Amino acid sequence: MSAWLRTPVGMASAATLALLLLLPAILPELMPQNQARFWLANIFGRAIIYGIIAMSLIFLATYGGLVSLAQMSLAGVAGYVVAITIDGAAPSIVGGLSYATAIPLGIAAATLAALFVGLVSVRTRDIYLLMITLALAMGFFRFVETNLAWFNGYEGIRNVLGPSVFGLPFRDPHVLYYVSLTVAVLLYAGVLYLVRSPFGLVLQGIRDNPRRVAALGYNVALHRIAAFGVAGFIAGCGGVLATIYNIGISPGSIGLGATVNVLIMSVIGGLGHPIGAFIGSLIFAFFDTFAASIYDRNRFNTLIGIVFLVIVLLSPDGVIGLAKRVGALMRRD
Amino acid sequence: MSLRLSRRSALKGAGALALTAAATGAIKAPAIAQNTPIRLGSVTTLEGPFATGGQDAYRTMEMLLQAENFTIGGRRIEWTRESSNAQADVALARARKLIEQDNVDIIVGPLSGAEGIALKDYSATLTGKTIVNGSSGASDTTLRNPSRNFFRFNTDGTQWMAGLGNYVRRTLNVSEVTVVAGDYAFPYAQVFGFSLEYCRAGGKVNYLWSPLGTTDFASQIAQIPRTSGALVVVHGGTDGLAFMTQYAQAGGNLPIIGGSIMADQTMLSARGPHRRLMVGMVASGPMADVIDDPNWTDFVARYKRMPNAFPSPSIHAVNYATNLTGVIRALKEVNGDLSNNQAAFQRALAAQKFKAPTGADVSLDHNRQAISDIFLTKIEERGGTPMTVAFERARQVNQTLGTPEPAFLALGAPSRNNTGCIAAS
Repeated sequence: MSAWLRTPVGMASAATLALLLLLPAILPELMPQNQARFWLANIFGRAIIYGIIAMSLIFLATYGGLVSLAQMSLAGVAGYVVAITIDGAAPSIVGGLSYATAIPLGIAAATLAALFVGLVSVRTRDIYLLMITLALAMGFFRFVETNLAWFNGYEGIRNVLGPSVFGLPFRDPHVLYYVSLTVAVLLYAGVLYLVRSPFGLVLQGIRDNPRRVAALGYNVALHRIAAFGVAGFIAGCGGVLATIYNIGISPGSIGLGATVNVLIMSVIGGLGHPIGAFIGSLIFAFFDTFAASIYDRNRFNTLIGIVFLVIVLLSPDGVIGLAKRVGALMRRD
Repeated sequence: MSLRLSRRSALKGAGALALTAAATGAIKAPAIAQNTPIRLGSVTTLEGPFATGGQDAYRTMEMLLQAENFTIGGRRIEWTRESSNAQADVALARARKLIEQDNVDIIVGPLSGAEGIALKDYSATLTGKTIVNGSSGASDTTLRNPSRNFFRFNTDGTQWMAGLGNYVRRTLNVSEVTVVAGDYAFPYAQVFGFSLEYCRAGGKVNYLWSPLGTTDFASQIAQIPRTSGALVVVHGGTDGLAFMTQYAQAGGNLPIIGGSIMADQTMLSARGPHRRLMVGMVASGPMADVIDDPNWTDFVARYKRMPNAFPSPSIHAVNYATNLTGVIRALKEVNGDLSNNQAAFQRALAAQKFKAPTGADVSLDHNRQAISDIFLTKIEERGGTPMTVAFERARQVNQTLGTPEPAFLALGAPSRNNTGCIAAS
């Protein structure tokens, strides 16, 4: 551990974590109080929450070679289970559960749903995998949109205010931020650990050459399905946080736009390392929020498009790739 | 070689610096004026299927604010516009940005139903801020769990059907109708409003539902019972057009009664066999192209002077204008005073009574929801173009259509299984 901390990556990670931990104290120094709270919850908090969902995609894509478009739907499964079961949601569908029960239930449901997605798509690869997961995602979206009895259709379920954490309300920006950060750090560390474990190594072997791994005696299909399950667990954690952050969930939260946004975050951040999810998500949150202030209000989507295009053109592997390339240039100079 | 490389990285660095500078410049805009401005934010939909409606809403907002010269009570009005894509989460993100980053005092918006419910919930978590609806029309935004910071001066989808059921049953003397409607929230609310009146007046209703985006209505047309005396079509946009075209081609001849968004320009300007049936179609809603009212005539004349205006303002433009009128009048009453967590301003808002652009009297109920007039309209050809012409109005329709609120709430939320058709007994 201490040896790892002395490596450049280790030092950078520790510095970033320290910066993120101190962020609530730093922001008020840079801007007025109310704006600091906005940035904490709605730029950084939101980036971390959606970064978790994007990380579930990056985990699958980077280490399993599986680009799935179902991750936002899986997050939605967790979000909907929480919204349906907790006490106090409007309208109350089942209700009666506390957050302490509803949240694990939601994450378990997302994991199960992800195993199902894995099972359905286990024999497909590349563009076909993309299509089949997109079809599942859109199927779930349409189902939720038209089902009134369980999902309250188009209007969705609101008033999911979140639990109180150590007696503090979840709606406080600091609580939201620190809880999200803690969850993100744990999951991030978990992913880094998992990909070094025998399971992770087999998964990467499958990504590179499934036949050879099968010849070595590993069950390729089972590993792939398990990878989907792990990604579903991560997406479920993100989905619960996103639902509480949005004070509820509606079909728009898991529609085509939201699904593609997760892919965009992953691509601009960089498929290649889990940290890319959070970098991409931060850039996305920033431009999504401020594009209309920076550029013409009626045309601000153009700016968002151009920024993403420039990043992908300059560096097909996203911002991480850009950083690596700049680093390489520096060394050559 | 090394020179080229360093130049490239220098360029990149400069670009990044410029971007950061531009960004921080845009974000950090603490407004320090001698007389602090009133910060007005707005959310509408400038992207996606409702984009033209959203643009039209901002057109009328600009018109009304220009008329005040962007000043009320000696305070300048600083207007920050945001755009959503008709999704609840996006509207919420924009509202948060307006309130928390731009520090606006009042938001006018949003445009669509799910967004309205999301912003209502958000407004409940705020103190000293006010959200006034734009054009969204879901009942539950104000009917169930209302928020004390959310006000709506426009009527909702159920209210829009007021008067139509009685007109069909009593004036047209039709004793059985078939409702063909979209299978989602907005048509549910509209069908509920229609059925409540029509069944109470002793009418019989058959229902045929189809999902949003249906293109082939042939089997449904075949299912219309022969005993029906009229068709009530509650579809919007292309669904309505597809149904009407196929019904006309199948030789259908029943009188057509329309939902509130049937008679929009998509339907009226499209060519095809449906036009034979459209002329004479009776519908109801919060507005019409032609209303015999000086307020409306004046509003339309001013509207037409705005750049790129349509021949007649859209329903979204009228709703945003009605809501903004409430805000402007309340601000004038308190002379721009938003102190004390806007207590005086919110009291003034709740007590507003005024004439909407359509000439309808507007006031708010105890849930801060509009009580106003609903127009019965008929499509007429005027100068070769079909237009909706108001020929009657149901005055002072409340959110429960005259039913006592507990009884109305006990009926439950509208759905395909809860159509509001409770026969008078």
